[in-house]
Amino acid sequence: MNTAPIVTKQACFDLHSDIDVVTARRGVRDWASEIGLTVLDLTKVVTAASELARNAVVHGGGGVMCLQVVRQGERQGLRVTFQDHGAGITNIDAAMQDGYTSRGGMGIGLPGAKRLVNEFELSSTPSDGTCVTIVRWKA
Amino acid sequence: MGKVLLVTIQVDMHDQLAMTLQNDLAKAIASHDTICLLVDISALEIVDSFIGRMIANTAAMGRMLGVETVVVGMQPAVAITLVELGLSLPGIHTALDVERGMKLVERAAAARE
Repeated sequence: MNTAPIVTKQACFDLHSDIDVVTARRGVRDWASEIGLTVLDLTKVVTAASELARNAVVHGGGGVMCLQVVRQGERQGLRVTFQDHGAGITNIDAAMQDGYTSRGGMGIGLPGAKRLVNEFELSSTPSDGTCVTIVRWKA
Repeated sequence: MGKVLLVTIQVDMHDQLAMTLQNDLAKAIASHDTICLLVDISALEIVDSFIGRMIANTAAMGRMLGVETVVVGMQPAVAITLVELGLSLPGIHTALDVERGMKLVERAAAARE
């Protein structure tokens, strides 16, 4: 279990409009169903992906979503990476708090998405934008 | 007795479409003799914060216009996910299906008379 996960399938989705958000979450949904996630796990990962895809479009000025099927030993899962080209998040600790909002949102996007997945990684710099990676393993 | 407006959401809506529906519903509530709005979301596989907020806003607008909103048919996985996401939709009436939603409306109407 200590070896790094192997990527067995990969696809990328442009994130520039609200229609792209729908296409991206449908992609996550189809692959989650394909690898046999339970209905609940599927619903959670698709909802998290929808929040993060919207963040990239609305706050990050657009970007790209990379969807991967990963395998680590016996377990299989979905890894989804969201990279935007925005100004980055100046205060990551604050952005991860429930109720924090930078632009009139509800402030549940990031911490809410984190609760819906098994792994959550966020990095952000003013020059490279924000990158969020989530993983949902098949139970 | 006024009318019950039944809205069934059958497609995965993009954000602009959700906003359009919210505005259309506000107009429809005001222009008909509506006493209750039933929103059937049984066909929705996911409800994220944007759609959740649209439903909450619609219910809040309805309340100001004297119309109660009942959300019917939410999938169990959607309910669990919404709560974990941090969106528990307080103040919104819910029912398992349209039939139970209608009964809820009738009881509320009878109580008012």
